[in-house]
Amino acid sequence: MGSTAGPRGHIRRLVAGAIALLATASLVTACGSDNDGSGGGGGKAAAGGVDDGTKLTMWTRAATRPQSEALVEAYNASHENKIELTVVPTDDYQAKIGAAAGSRDLPDLFASDVVFVPNYTSSGLFADLTDRVDALPFAEHLARSHIKAGTYEDKKYVVPHTLDLSVLFYNKELYRKAKLDPDKPPTTLREWDRQARAVDALGGGVDGTFFGGNCGGCGVFTWWPSVWAAGEDVLNEEGTAANLASSASKKVYDTYRGWVRDDIVAPGAREETGTTWTGIFPKGKVGVMPMPSTTLGLMPKDLDLGVAPIPGPDGGKSTFVGGDAIGISATSESADQAWNFLAWSLDDKAQVDVVAAHKDVVARTDLASNKHSEADPRLVTINELVAEGRTPYAMKFGQTFNDPNGPWLELMRHAVFGDGKTVEKDNDAVTASLAD
Amino acid sequence: MPVKVADRATAEHATQPERRAGTPPPRWRSRKAKGLAYAAPTAVFVTVFFLLPLLLVGQMSLSDWPLLAGDRGVNAPENYTDITDSSLFWPAIRFTLLYTVIVTVVLLALALLLALLVQESRPGAGFFRTVYFLPGALGLASASLLFWGLYSPTTGPLSRILEGLGLVDDPVSFLGSPTSALWSTVFLIVWKFAGFYMLILLVGLQRIPHEVYEAARMDGASRAQIFRSITLPLLRPSLALCLLLCVTGSLLAFDQFFILTKGGPDNSTVTVVQLIYREAFQRLNLGTAAALSILVLAALLLLNTLQFRGLRRADES
Repeated sequence: MGSTAGPRGHIRRLVAGAIALLATASLVTACGSDNDGSGGGGGKAAAGGVDDGTKLTMWTRAATRPQSEALVEAYNASHENKIELTVVPTDDYQAKIGAAAGSRDLPDLFASDVVFVPNYTSSGLFADLTDRVDALPFAEHLARSHIKAGTYEDKKYVVPHTLDLSVLFYNKELYRKAKLDPDKPPTTLREWDRQARAVDALGGGVDGTFFGGNCGGCGVFTWWPSVWAAGEDVLNEEGTAANLASSASKKVYDTYRGWVRDDIVAPGAREETGTTWTGIFPKGKVGVMPMPSTTLGLMPKDLDLGVAPIPGPDGGKSTFVGGDAIGISATSESADQAWNFLAWSLDDKAQVDVVAAHKDVVARTDLASNKHSEADPRLVTINELVAEGRTPYAMKFGQTFNDPNGPWLELMRHAVFGDGKTVEKDNDAVTASLAD
Repeated sequence: MPVKVADRATAEHATQPERRAGTPPPRWRSRKAKGLAYAAPTAVFVTVFFLLPLLLVGQMSLSDWPLLAGDRGVNAPENYTDITDSSLFWPAIRFTLLYTVIVTVVLLALALLLALLVQESRPGAGFFRTVYFLPGALGLASASLLFWGLYSPTTGPLSRILEGLGLVDDPVSFLGSPTSALWSTVFLIVWKFAGFYMLILLVGLQRIPHEVYEAARMDGASRAQIFRSITLPLLRPSLALCLLLCVTGSLLAFDQFFILTKGGPDNSTVTVVQLIYREAFQRLNLGTAAALSILVLAALLLLNTLQFRGLRRADES
């Protein structure tokens, strides 16, 4: 390389300097993110957290955007702290969280589809909130399935953020046209089948029902309640084995397969990857289908729609208590301020004036009936379901049930678009993935 | 080259024996320094954004490295031996190769046809060149989203237009079956890239001297003969470049399938790069994802070397 003197030495010093600068910079960031977590669980600050004008960052997924936006807007308007909300496309959310966790770039607050929460708690992405949550005066009334999903090794890491329940939406106008009683939604899968076919017979671009046939998450959300309604469970307690070839499950698959065979389903179900599945019902051409409760507030004003619980093959009712739970990231340096938002978001005022006013499900069972739900009986139907519904728990949930190339979607498609004869074998594949 | 520069510099140095101490250093040294200074940003860039990440991927591929938990230490060669456990591995390789062959053949044939059509400077040729090239100005992800919207059976207009024209009776399911999903994607890629490859071939075509064509015509060569014996051989360097770009690009296909099909229906359109993405972000396992990436990198290196060698041999003959 020659002597170190002269211009070359100069260049070398420059390069060395630049490298040293880079190294220092990364060291500083590393140190910054190293003093993590410790602030998360501390119970020293006031139970309501700190509101001192801190700028907080928060992420949520597109599926629950309207709910998160409403809460953040109301909070920013009434507090010194300011939250900057970033909405990430639903399909990319897990990848985004994973990448950010790897580079320690998680925001102060992040919501997560409640089924992925066990993944994050077990990997230490959330700060421990046990003391803070237990100190809330309404702690025992928080949606139990969300708290359960966020409890890991007896520590609580999340609180419910938005509750999203699967319920039947039915089009009363089409029901009247099909000579069905618009006040008598189906109470069994068999009735549902009959009513969907009756509406479908109207013709003229009207279809009986619709579902996301290429979307594992949709299947989990809308099919499993029918199985639960029959008193069966789809997973074991630890979430390591599947029971998706049970007799109730098969009755559900058979019904859906019949709809596909007889063209009762609106076009596009076979390809529906979950991006547009909630956009079909509001067009007013579908009789009765399961929908997320969070879309109730977004339906066209002139659409005369009724809401009913998802029934089992021979009766019963259940729902998938989905939606987002939210926690403070373990690397946040503003845990007290972030908790201020969380505690506020769960108090009576925010729950009633923001969440319930938006026709959404409240996160607390003691507020199930409030001034808004009293004005809309459909909300009562939904709120009451929280107690009957379930949130499945599995560590390998995403890669088993949400992965578009995963084993559950294969089971779904074989069972409904195929002949349904491979359900046992496919159930084994699901179990293998859960136990992986 | 540097020898020459140095020689000249030394010569200049020799003509200035009376240079006093403290004057600027000889010109050849400052020239070298300048060269280094010009190269340094790129060198730093390549090191920071290519070499270091590559080393990191290598290390990841040898380690137990869950996305959420971080490095858990070496577990080699487990990540590599695990790759073939996935039931999607061999189908993904098969599909990626099939897709590459189809796209390369269709794309290059069409690009050549377009280039021949707009080769000569007649009125309107510029307009068509622009029209053919325009889709290439779009990002692949945007183009894929656009086609996803067009193909969508629930919101897209394409099926309804075809029905309105009376070309089909029932709604067309563009992405609903393995075959239709593959060809719908090929159509998007051809639409998007034909203009780009046309441009490369057009440059090649215009480098062929007119005299050669004239001489051939004087000798009474037919159009087909001219195309086969003059255009094609003289176009070989451009065709080779297109082939290389197209094959490499197709083997690394990801965006279009990720957006249009997500590997479906029924896992029929899973490409190798999608498998990498799935390992990393669905199964949250960076180790196996890195091992797959290294494998793909090795395969591409091998393929490119073979292609280069083949083309060089063809050139020499």
